[in-house]
Amino acid sequence: MKRIYMDNAATTEMSAAAINAVTEAWKVYGNPSSLHGAGREAFFMLDKAREDVAKALGADKNEIYFTSGGSESDNWAIIGAAKAMALKGKKEIISTAIEHHAVLHTLNVLEKEGFKIILLPVSTEGYVTPKQVEEAITENTALVTVMMANNEIGTIQPIAEIGEVCRKNGVLFHTDAVQAVGHIPVDVKALNVDMLSLSGHKFHGPKGVGALYLRKGVRLPNLINGGAQESGRRAGTENLAGICGMAAALKESVENMEANNAKIIPLRDKLINGLTAVERTRLNGGRENRVPNNVSVCFEGIEGESLLLWLDAKGICASSGSACTSGSLDPSHVLLAIGLIHEIAHGSLRLSLSEHTTEEEVDYVLETVPGIVKYLREMSPVWEKIVKEEK
Amino acid sequence: MIYSEKVMDHFQNPRNVGKIDDADGVGEVGNAKCGDIMKIYLKVDDNGIITDVKFNTYGCASAIATSSMATELIKGKSVEEALTLSNKAVVEALDGLPPVKIHCSVLAEEAVRAAVADYYKRKGIDKEIPGCTGDCSCCHLHDEHCGEEE
Repeated sequence: MKRIYMDNAATTEMSAAAINAVTEAWKVYGNPSSLHGAGREAFFMLDKAREDVAKALGADKNEIYFTSGGSESDNWAIIGAAKAMALKGKKEIISTAIEHHAVLHTLNVLEKEGFKIILLPVSTEGYVTPKQVEEAITENTALVTVMMANNEIGTIQPIAEIGEVCRKNGVLFHTDAVQAVGHIPVDVKALNVDMLSLSGHKFHGPKGVGALYLRKGVRLPNLINGGAQESGRRAGTENLAGICGMAAALKESVENMEANNAKIIPLRDKLINGLTAVERTRLNGGRENRVPNNVSVCFEGIEGESLLLWLDAKGICASSGSACTSGSLDPSHVLLAIGLIHEIAHGSLRLSLSEHTTEEEVDYVLETVPGIVKYLREMSPVWEKIVKEEK
Repeated sequence: MIYSEKVMDHFQNPRNVGKIDDADGVGEVGNAKCGDIMKIYLKVDDNGIITDVKFNTYGCASAIATSSMATELIKGKSVEEALTLSNKAVVEALDGLPPVKIHCSVLAEEAVRAAVADYYKRKGIDKEIPGCTGDCSCCHLHDEHCGEEE
């Protein structure tokens, strides 16, 4: 059976350019910190990768710090900013209710350490406004951290405007742009951000590598201490192969972004229209300001994990925010934050596309999903009640 | 999280799915808020033997698989025997469940008990159901478990 991969928000297939870059970099065994020829060879590759990543973000290469991935970048930015600002007596952090766990769980830790955490609610469409941020800022605000694009429902937040509010108030601003970089235009200057996290494997790069953009002049205490790598701010011999693979993937993703999105957006909309045509099905997240690759819907009366495993049996790789897929009894915090009740949030399905997605695949998904939903509803006491109440 | 082949078999080919319109006992447990509801229908003959059993379940793969297995395990048995069905027996018959899914097997055990309790009630038989204190999930009061990680 042919596999249809529609879980690109979880991870992507490495591009040929990324695989090639990684393969070539594996052969360069020198330590970039060494002074000899072997080291210099590695250093120049690292430097070139840093330049490529910086260029893709409109940053200076000295503002790019390589990390192990999006989670490390988020942890470093948030913990670092919190610690730095606490020294100035500022111990309030503003964020949103729909952040990724790499941000939310980091904030939980800081809350236990005495920080005041303010999680702004989002609209039923899944957006936060600059006005909400402005109203929450006080003289004690240490940091504002708002994700650029949501990993579950694909909503894009008004980062540039929030950044403007932060800058006006002299507050540090971080964005988790893991789901945005390589998919929508990201220019750190236009976005008014001080810090930005990204992850290589979300745009056809390798896993285990990411970066943090730190605007020139922003000083953070280190998260990982040791050697002088990354200008002494992130110790550990660099993952050169991963970094080169990420840089190659990012370069390609940014170059092809417009063409890719011109192809992906109509497929996304076909999926959204087709799936929401199933009775008692809703789209999660607004249609406007949505990443090109995200489809998130909830089917009433069924549970997401059953749907996922049936789709898997039919060759379709997808994702769900149901409790059963997260290992807890609660469904996704994002779906609850947009106001869905538990019963509906349990029936969520996320399909995330890539430029490799074809119309045939979309058609197959649209032929397959309604049948599975119908089958699961037929054996569902919850659906039985919904139908009874309708009559 | 990996399910055993048996769980996948009972999930993809569930036994005894459906409803019995003239059932002698019906039990429903769980809570949609928590993501699983099981409803079991029993047909019981004059000798107290379960001649037919059907289920409807809203829930994850393991909820469907445990419902299917529980119905298989009590079919043809007496109602007294059905009451002795333990969640452990259901888990063993399925070659194990991931730790976070054990509660599904508890739900299956409770669904069978709730169905038998309903059968006794309809028959006017005053019988104590072992393990049911009237405030557990057999009696739909499952809310307090919601939102808590096990």
